[in-house]
Amino acid sequence: MADVTLRKVIKRYDDVEAVRGIDLDIADHEFVVLVGPSGCGKSTTLRMIAGLEDITDGDIMIGGDVVNDVPPKDRDIAMVFQNYALYPHMTVAENMSFGLRLKHFPKAEIKTRIDEAARMLDIVELVDRKPKQLSGGQRQRVAMGRAIVRNPKVFLFDEPLSNLDAKLRVQMRIEIKKVHQKVRTTTVYVTHDQVEAMTLADRVVVMNHGRIEQIGTPNDLYHNPATRFVAGFIGSPAMNFMPCRLEDVAGKLHIRLTDRIAFPLPPGRAARYQNVARNEKLLLGLRPEHITEANAHPEPGVEAFDAVLDVTEPMGMETLIYFTLEGALICGRVNPNAGARDGGPLRLAVDLNNMHLLNEGTGAVI
Amino acid sequence: MTLPLILLIAILVIYPAFYSLHLATLNKSMQRFIGLGNFEFLFKRDTFWLVVKQSCIFAITAVIFKALIGFIVAHFVHNIPAKGQRKWRGMLLVPWVIPPAMSTLAWLWLFDPSYSAFNYTLSFFGIGPIPWTGDADWARFSVILVNVWYGAPFFMIMYLASLKSVPEQLYEAAAIDGANWWQRIWYVTLPMMRNIIAITTLFSLIVTFANFDIVRILTTGGPLDHTHIFATWAFRIGIEGSDIPLGASVSLFMVPILAIAAIFILRDINKRGNEA
Amino acid sequence: MTSTVVIDKAAPTRAVKYGSMSRDRTWALRWSYFFLTLFAIFSLVPPLYMLITSLKSSAEISAATNPWWVFHPTLANYAGLLTSNQFLRFFFNSACVSIFVVTITMLISVPAAFALARMRFWGSATLATGVFLTYLIPDTLLFLPLFKMFAAFGDLTGIQLINRWYVLLIVYPTLTVPFCTWIMIGYFASIPKELDEAAIIDGASWFQTLTRIFIPVALPGLIAATIFAFTVSWAQFLYPLVFTTSTDQLVLPVGIITTLIKGDVFNWGQIMTGALLGAAPPLIIYAFLMDYYIAGLTAGATKG
Repeated sequence: MADVTLRKVIKRYDDVEAVRGIDLDIADHEFVVLVGPSGCGKSTTLRMIAGLEDITDGDIMIGGDVVNDVPPKDRDIAMVFQNYALYPHMTVAENMSFGLRLKHFPKAEIKTRIDEAARMLDIVELVDRKPKQLSGGQRQRVAMGRAIVRNPKVFLFDEPLSNLDAKLRVQMRIEIKKVHQKVRTTTVYVTHDQVEAMTLADRVVVMNHGRIEQIGTPNDLYHNPATRFVAGFIGSPAMNFMPCRLEDVAGKLHIRLTDRIAFPLPPGRAARYQNVARNEKLLLGLRPEHITEANAHPEPGVEAFDAVLDVTEPMGMETLIYFTLEGALICGRVNPNAGARDGGPLRLAVDLNNMHLLNEGTGAVI
Repeated sequence: MTLPLILLIAILVIYPAFYSLHLATLNKSMQRFIGLGNFEFLFKRDTFWLVVKQSCIFAITAVIFKALIGFIVAHFVHNIPAKGQRKWRGMLLVPWVIPPAMSTLAWLWLFDPSYSAFNYTLSFFGIGPIPWTGDADWARFSVILVNVWYGAPFFMIMYLASLKSVPEQLYEAAAIDGANWWQRIWYVTLPMMRNIIAITTLFSLIVTFANFDIVRILTTGGPLDHTHIFATWAFRIGIEGSDIPLGASVSLFMVPILAIAAIFILRDINKRGNEA
Repeated sequence: MTSTVVIDKAAPTRAVKYGSMSRDRTWALRWSYFFLTLFAIFSLVPPLYMLITSLKSSAEISAATNPWWVFHPTLANYAGLLTSNQFLRFFFNSACVSIFVVTITMLISVPAAFALARMRFWGSATLATGVFLTYLIPDTLLFLPLFKMFAAFGDLTGIQLINRWYVLLIVYPTLTVPFCTWIMIGYFASIPKELDEAAIIDGASWFQTLTRIFIPVALPGLIAATIFAFTVSWAQFLYPLVFTTSTDQLVLPVGIITTLIKGDVFNWGQIMTGALLGAAPPLIIYAFLMDYYIAGLTAGATKG
């Protein structure tokens, strides 16, 4: 087990900077997820930690040692690939023990470790089979087994669940979490799926265009996003962004969305935004669960308005509604029995206690 | 639609193959049936056993070197950046593109007893003139050398294509598992390439064993029959000596050896199948 | 396994000496280029030497000066051969034979490959493997019985086959058709079945499917197969040596060897020129169509 530190790490390909200066401190035993859209540099960063890519500038340290020039085989890491990368001509047991056999571990020790890992991953009956006889989920477990057996300082996962179908993905997520609870190895996990990030991570690192947008616990990122990107990336369905302006009406701070719609801000929010310039173009960020059907006794901070729905998506436990505001499609979540109909009108309520105000130009959350 | 193909093979390959069996049982003027008389005659001739030994040594040595050199060169080509690979590949495949009859002429000239360019260069290092085609052992060496020169590029190209089809991630996984460069070759590359190695080796064994052009042009089987292989000796006896049945008997001797090689290697391929 | 030295995080150091990755990689690259250069020299020496010698006059050759350099380059050898009727005859024969054989080969291979790749009829799988297995029967086994067969055919029907260049049109395809069929089967098989089905729905017959869809889509394979057939035909030595003897019937490889080497007098300048000219067509095709060339070879390996 070891901690991993990245200091001002840069990766340049010819003229393109894929990773533009990353500073990251991963504590021992921590499960950190690097998440972001395709091309944000998360896989490149992971591969630099693994030693599969050269570091253009900066330092990477594992367990306090600078490993910039150290070849992968000497870094004491293990990696689970997206395509599993199992050796096709070896059995499951041989695949898992390959690293140990190269280091001339005693046979008894190898057997113990394989048995233990196989039991943990529920693949005991598969140890004598070849990869081509296994399903995708089984292969993924074998790949994890290969990593566990090595007992390395760091586990690296490169989008391991991307090739699995949706149901299997949910199952494997739980498996991975259980494994981490038992084997408390420092883990760096890369994915483009924010659901995986939220469910697995101790801390999430959101990356975009080669830079870190925000680091925080899943709850942190969900409720207190720092930038528009993070706010829009985390959470599904995504946060709604509506152009707005602040104005003072009758001594109270209001937020104006359209010519006809303006809401008074609840006291807490009003205090926080007191010093923001009025009439400047801002963005109102509101998650769909904070746009619901209006009820007879609204709480403080919840304001009602009328809307005409475009489309409804009945999900069973709730219905997603979509309506247009100033040309933008807004999503809300209402009760299935709220009377939402395609094209029909509905009285909605916005919970401004959970609003986010963003600077349109910089994308920063105020 | 496959009829022309079937006819072609039936009439011009399969039928002659069996016909040669029949021919081998006739006497020189092809009037009388003499059964295994030709074969008895051959078994008693020392030259025959010399030819058998030479053909086997020639084929096996040449194929081993061709495969080895092809494998090594393929690795080097694979190692350099992709942009440059094309021109190196182009240069290295030239021996295979030139008609062997033509290139063997060049080698013949390079080996010439009086004017050998090699001997000229070697003389600067104090190494005496080498009788490339005059001395029996050197002649065998020369024949194998030319064959390896001609055939190694084929192996190189096949192995290079096969190397490219091994997923890069397997090497990365092996590197992370702690394998150094030769361990990666032994545990990842070679097993993945087993099929292609088997097929190319079989193909080359057959072609090399049945080779005619190089020996014919370089040494015509000499000196004193010490580089004769089945094909050239069969030609000497059958066409130049006008004894077709005897020549056919000689040619036929290739069949059992080729068949055994084919069976071994094909069996290995089928057993292995295709690994995902 | 792990180092037990405690390191202060603020001051990055290395506790154990490891090999440097980038340094290893540069050295690996340098060695690669070094050996590749060696092998390239080894590969190119004979043809280069052919070129050098072809530019030398007989006098210079017999003077035994440095064989690797031309002191008085002359094109006399080229002029001599290119104006020699005999040589031109050889070239013409080779060209005729090769072109005809390529045509015949493609006419046989392509429909056969189409049938074997697409139609499932009884024995199609065995036939496909059988095609490959014909390569296990080498030409050096067949040349004698074929010689006898053609001689007998000539006696029987009066159509002279021995010592006529067109007999080569009959035997060469046995060398080219199996492999070309195999290449084409690979290319045709890789065309998704949905394309056939779309064509059928659009109203195409088998023939139209073949000519309008398969052939254009598998064009790289066709080119590769054509190049292969041409190269094999052009380079043939044994069959023409056996079946053709009069000088006006000879193809290039045989012609050069039998006529330029007269007795004990070897006119090496001319011989090398002849050899170079003989090697030229395949080399030129290779220079321009190298990728197809290689694709033809490896098609067997990766698609088979």
